[in-house]
Amino acid sequence: MTWAERWALLVEWAPQLLEGALLTLELVGIAVIVGLFFAIPLGLARASRHWYIRAFPYTYIFFFRGTPLLLQLFLVYYGLSQFEAVRDSMFWPFLREPYWCALIIMTLHTAAYIAEILRGAVQAVPPGEVEAARALGMSRRQALQFIIMPRAIRIGLPAYGNEVILMLKASAVVYTITLMDIMGVVRTINSRTYQFEMFFLVAGLIYLVVTILFTQLFKLVERWLKVEASRKR
Amino acid sequence: MKSYKKVLFAAATAMLLSVPAMAADKLRIGTEGAYPPFNLIDSSGEVVGFDIDIAKALCEEMGAECTVVTSDWDGIIPALNTRRFDFLVASMSITEEREQAVDFTDPYYTNKLQFVAPKKSDFKVDEASLKGKTIGAQRATIAGQWLEDNLGDVVDIRLYDTQENAYLDMSAGRIDGVLADNFVQYEWLESEAGSDFEFKGEPVFDNDKIGIAVRKGDPLRERLNEALAAIIEDGTYEEINEKYFPFSIR
Amino acid sequence: MFDLQGFGPALLEGTWMTIRLSLASVALGLIFGLLGASGKTSDNRLLRGMGGFYTSVVRGIPETLWVLMAYFGTVSTMNYLGSHFGNPYLTLSPFVAGTFALALCFGAYATEVFRGALLAIPPGQKEAGLALGLSSLRIFWRITLPQLWRVALPGLGNLYLILLKDTALVSLITLDEIMRKAQVAGQATREPFTFYFAAALIYLCLTAVIMVALHWFERRANKGFVRTEL
Repeated sequence: MTWAERWALLVEWAPQLLEGALLTLELVGIAVIVGLFFAIPLGLARASRHWYIRAFPYTYIFFFRGTPLLLQLFLVYYGLSQFEAVRDSMFWPFLREPYWCALIIMTLHTAAYIAEILRGAVQAVPPGEVEAARALGMSRRQALQFIIMPRAIRIGLPAYGNEVILMLKASAVVYTITLMDIMGVVRTINSRTYQFEMFFLVAGLIYLVVTILFTQLFKLVERWLKVEASRKR
Repeated sequence: MKSYKKVLFAAATAMLLSVPAMAADKLRIGTEGAYPPFNLIDSSGEVVGFDIDIAKALCEEMGAECTVVTSDWDGIIPALNTRRFDFLVASMSITEEREQAVDFTDPYYTNKLQFVAPKKSDFKVDEASLKGKTIGAQRATIAGQWLEDNLGDVVDIRLYDTQENAYLDMSAGRIDGVLADNFVQYEWLESEAGSDFEFKGEPVFDNDKIGIAVRKGDPLRERLNEALAAIIEDGTYEEINEKYFPFSIR
Repeated sequence: MFDLQGFGPALLEGTWMTIRLSLASVALGLIFGLLGASGKTSDNRLLRGMGGFYTSVVRGIPETLWVLMAYFGTVSTMNYLGSHFGNPYLTLSPFVAGTFALALCFGAYATEVFRGALLAIPPGQKEAGLALGLSSLRIFWRITLPQLWRVALPGLGNLYLILLKDTALVSLITLDEIMRKAQVAGQATREPFTFYFAAALIYLCLTAVIMVALHWFERRANKGFVRTEL
C-alpha cells in the first residue's frame, strides 16, 4: 500500500474518527464531573471518625477499585439484563442503552477513585490549621467549609487531573458494548481495511494529543488556583 | 558488555523456543469459538461444531495432524497472517475486501442473510418500516457490512464482538432485530433462548459463499480444495451436514 | 445463583493464568522502570530525553490500545526479526504480547516511582561510596538499590494492583484469563451475571491478598526505620 493510498483511507474515515473522538470526550467529560459530585460525600464519609459511616464508602471504593472497568461494564450491560426484574424496572429505559450503561459505570468507577483522592487530601490538611480555626471559634462545619475544603481542593487537584487522564485511557473499553468511541471506530475500520498498524497508530496519536491537551489545561487551572503557592507553609 | 550479549542471546533463544515447530504434517486450524452451531466452546473447553468437524475431516483426508486454535473474530485474519494457525475454518464469507488479505478455497457452504426479530413485533423488511429501528450484527461480518452499505442511513446499527452478545441483547429487548447468516439464526431459533423469536421477511442477500481462508499464496489451498472435493465425493460431508441441519447447506 | 454449571474449574484455570500474567508483567515492568528511571536521572541529555519520551508516550495512550498493538501491530516487525534468526514465522503469543504491553505501561509509571525514590537517597551516600573507591555500578548495586526498594515499595504496590486489573484487557486478545473464561461461560449458559459476578469476587480476593502481602513487605523493608509522622 502506497502513502497516497494510506492518506486516501485516512481522509475517507476521518469524519467517523472525529465522531469517535467526540463520543470519548463526551463520556469522559460527563463521568469525571458527575463523579466528582458523587465523590465528595463518599470521600468525606470515608475520612469520618466513626466506623459505621466509613463502612459503606469503604466497601464501595474497595469494589470499584478492586475490579477491572471492563468487568464492571459487562456485569451491568450483559449481566443485569439477564434478570427480568431489571428489564421491567423503571431503570430499564436507561440500562437498555449502551451509552447510559457506559456513562453510569464510568461515573461510579471514577467516583471511587476521586473519593480516595479527596480523603487523602482532607487528611493531608495540616491538623494545626484545623485546630487554629476551631480555636478562633469556628464551628466544625465552618472549619470544613472555609479551611479544610479550600485547602483539600488545592492539595487534591493534581491527583484529580491525573484521574481525568486515567479515565480517558480507561474509556477505551466501551467499544465492547457496541459504542462507537475512538476504539470502536478504529476496530470497525480495521475490520474493513485490514490496515491494523496504521489505524492503531492513528488512534494512539488521537489519545496522545487529547492527553497532552488535558495536561496543559490542568496546569492552567492549577496556576489559576495558585496551587503551588498554597503548598508553601 | 559480555553479559549484555548473553542476555540478548538468551532472550532470542527463548523467543525462538516459544514458537511451535512447523512440521509439514502438523497443521493448526483457526476458528472463533463463539458462532454456534458452526464453532463454539463447550463447558470442557473443547472447540466443537460444524466447522470443526469439516476441518477435522479435511485433515484426515490430507493425512495431517491438526490442533484447533481460537481467536477473537475481528482479529482472526491478522491471526492467520501472523501464522498463529495455518488455515481458517470459521464460517467466513468470501468477500472482495478479505480476498485482498487472504486466499480462499472453494466454498464449503452457501449462506443467506436474514433478519430475526421477536414473534410479537410487527417487524417488516422494507426501508420504510425499518426506519429508526435498532439492528444488531457482529462486527467484521458480512451481515454488519451489508447493514452499513445498504441501511446505514436508515437503521441504528449496533456492532457486537460476538454473535452471542447480539442475541443476549435482543433477548434483553435492547435491539429490535438481528441480521446474520440464516443457519446460525436457525440454530438459535431452535434453542430455548430463541423460542420467542422468528425469521422476518425473505433473505436479503442469498449468495453468501463461505470458504476456508489460507495465507496469500500458500500451496495449502490446493491441498484443501482436493480434500474438500474428496469428502463431498465420499459422503463424509453429507454425514456432517445431517448431524447439524435437517437440510443441505451446500 | 451460584451454580457455576461445570465452569468452576475453568474459572480457576483463568485465575491461575491471570496470576502468571501479572507476575511476568511485573518482572519485566520493573526492568523497564529501572531503565527509565536511570535514563531520566542521568547526566546524559540523550538518555534523559529518551526516558522522558518513554514515560510521556506510554502514559498518554490507553492500555487497551497497547495490548491490541502488541498483538496485532507487531506482525511485520516480528517476521522481519525472525527471518534473521532463521525463523520467519516468529510472532508473539497472546501471553507474550500481553506481558509486553502490560510491562510497558507498568514500567512507565514505575519509572516515576523509582525516580522519586532515587532522588530521596541523600547524595552524600554516593559521594561517600566514591570516596571509598567503589565503582559507580557497585555503588548502585550495594548502596542505592537496597534503599530504593524501601522507598519505592508503596508506590510499586499500588501499581501492581492497577496492573492486576489491566490483565483483564488481555482477554481482548483471547488469552484465557479470568475475564475471558467468565465471558465464554456466560455466553454458553446465557447467565452472564453469575459468571461476571464470580469473576469480580475473584479479582477482589486477589486484591485483598496482595494488599496483605504488600503490608507485610513494607513492614519488613522498613525494619529499623522510623516513619516520619506529620
